[in-house]
Amino acid sequence: MTEANGAIIDAKEVTRHYRIGRGLLRGVAVLQAVAGVSFRIEPGRTLAVVGESGCGKSTLARLVTMIERPTSGDLTIEGVPMATADRDALKRLRPVVQMVFQNPYASLNPRKQVGTILEEPLRINSGLGAAARREAAREMMAKVGLRPEHYGRYPHMFSGGQRQRIAIARALMLRPKVVVADEPVSALDVSIRAQVLNLMMDLQAEFNLAYMFISHDLGVVRHIADEIMVMYLGRVAEQGTRDSIFSRPPRHPYTQALLGSTPSVDPAKRRARLPIKGELPSPLDPPPGCAFHRRCPFATEICAIERPELRPVDGRLVACHHAERTVAPA
Amino acid sequence: MPADPTTVAVAEPGSVPASGPAPLHPAKELWFSFCENKGALAGLVVIVIVSLLAIFADLVSPHPPLQQYRDAFLTPPMWVEGGRAEFLLGTDDVGRDIFSRLIHGARYSLLIGCIVITLSLSSGVLLGLSAGYFRGVVEELIMRLMDVMLSIPSLLLAIVIVAILGPGLLNAVVAVAVTYLPHFTRIMRAAVIGEMTKEYVTASRVAGAGRLRLMFATVLPNCMAPLIVLATLSFSSAILDAAALGFLGLGAQPPTPEWGTMLAKAREFVQSAWWVVTFPGLAVLITVLAFNLAGDGLRDALDPRLKR
Repeated sequence: MTEANGAIIDAKEVTRHYRIGRGLLRGVAVLQAVAGVSFRIEPGRTLAVVGESGCGKSTLARLVTMIERPTSGDLTIEGVPMATADRDALKRLRPVVQMVFQNPYASLNPRKQVGTILEEPLRINSGLGAAARREAAREMMAKVGLRPEHYGRYPHMFSGGQRQRIAIARALMLRPKVVVADEPVSALDVSIRAQVLNLMMDLQAEFNLAYMFISHDLGVVRHIADEIMVMYLGRVAEQGTRDSIFSRPPRHPYTQALLGSTPSVDPAKRRARLPIKGELPSPLDPPPGCAFHRRCPFATEICAIERPELRPVDGRLVACHHAERTVAPA
Repeated sequence: MPADPTTVAVAEPGSVPASGPAPLHPAKELWFSFCENKGALAGLVVIVIVSLLAIFADLVSPHPPLQQYRDAFLTPPMWVEGGRAEFLLGTDDVGRDIFSRLIHGARYSLLIGCIVITLSLSSGVLLGLSAGYFRGVVEELIMRLMDVMLSIPSLLLAIVIVAILGPGLLNAVVAVAVTYLPHFTRIMRAAVIGEMTKEYVTASRVAGAGRLRLMFATVLPNCMAPLIVLATLSFSSAILDAAALGFLGLGAQPPTPEWGTMLAKAREFVQSAWWVVTFPGLAVLITVLAFNLAGDGLRDALDPRLKR
């Protein structure tokens, strides 16, 4: 990793718990949505967060976008620690991190025109006049491939791909340094996905954006990511650069299973499917030891007792007791 | 930019083909989509006629509403045998011209409806929005209070309030408004809770929107459709409820030509002089129907998702 002051977002052992009431008599349960995750987001780079639904990806997005604060751990954005930041500091930092949401049909206010939607961030965060805001909105619309006459239209007049372009334009209106993209293409038709991904990569080059790209689709991640973080039940299973994870076989059985479940047209390229049994365990009652051991084909006794820590194996970080023997020797 | 808009850009694959011409001014757009609904348009026409009659009641009505003609008790309408041309819809039991009284009554009925809706809609929106936005203790306090109000039969609650405030048209209006408040609050709260989970609210929050902007600029406009329908439906029942209070001697007092009071007073003539009951009843029916039709049309026109 590079020097400490290069990162826009620096997370160390960040956790987020939710207290959930389970009715009058059963008391309060603690849900560990994110349980000790460390990562850094550097300018112009893309961090992909991968995992099944319920693994804490979206909670991580809420922490990074300052909608929620971490329960513990250090999360600093532009050097400002989130644990102690006051309202003014948060207000100053808002433009730094913006977000693109999963469902473009729900993320645009149906009663506002495209122009109004795009100008809202400026109206709140800048002292620009109406004419300057309008100019900025039109400029951004051109950059994401929308036509000028779309300015006065309502979101329901657009297709999913175009709506996601509007959402991307909105996220860029404040010239952020980091854009958190929460499964930005999973709700889109496959034919539109590549267009939107290419747009995102073009914009990344143009504005030197950093992405935190949340996805469960390793095919998409391979296309766009620099760093990859595979999460399972609120913890990191495997973390490393794209090349270290994709060019050599993954070390964590969960990553292997995810890769095995990516469809491939070419039969020769199909990886052997690892049997992954059962469902994601409830985060209210995580299994002891390694959270994955009940579904893991390599699990032994130690996996049920001791939780594996992240350790460097073969050029990446892996949280598995058996990382050395999960890959058959070449 | 080139003059011909078709040369600006070629539609990307996946773009909406029905892009159409440049959008109209919002008010114009609202008007056009409202006009597509013939029933709503008819309702609006009736509302306009009734409102004009109410405003120019003194000029339009052939007789003063309180004038008693001692030679014309219970005269039937003019087209019925025994009717007189000067009393278009006949006279009541003390010889007052029913047509003139109906025209003047439109003033009271419209005024009652407007005030009741304004009062209960504005306070219901505020309470429901606070309950749905803040949740927790605020929500519990507001909603349990509304439950208490709903647990008392509405007419009984109105009677209690009028008993405290004293009888009279204005107090009856306030009482009816209070009994409608829980319905507005509950619908508003439900709509707000539904909207708050949507991603566009989070998007607004990520953009840094403050509490007031989130509540009133982001969430409120998306909750208005059910409220508008409820408001138009309540408009008509407000007229009826105020009339019910008048019937019990707690609302508009007898010489006042209010439709509901006229109906109640004429109850004893249902068998002998049908016109005394029928015409105030028809007046209420037509006005209520007009407001319901127009309200439905307004809801459809206000909701961009229902537009083509």
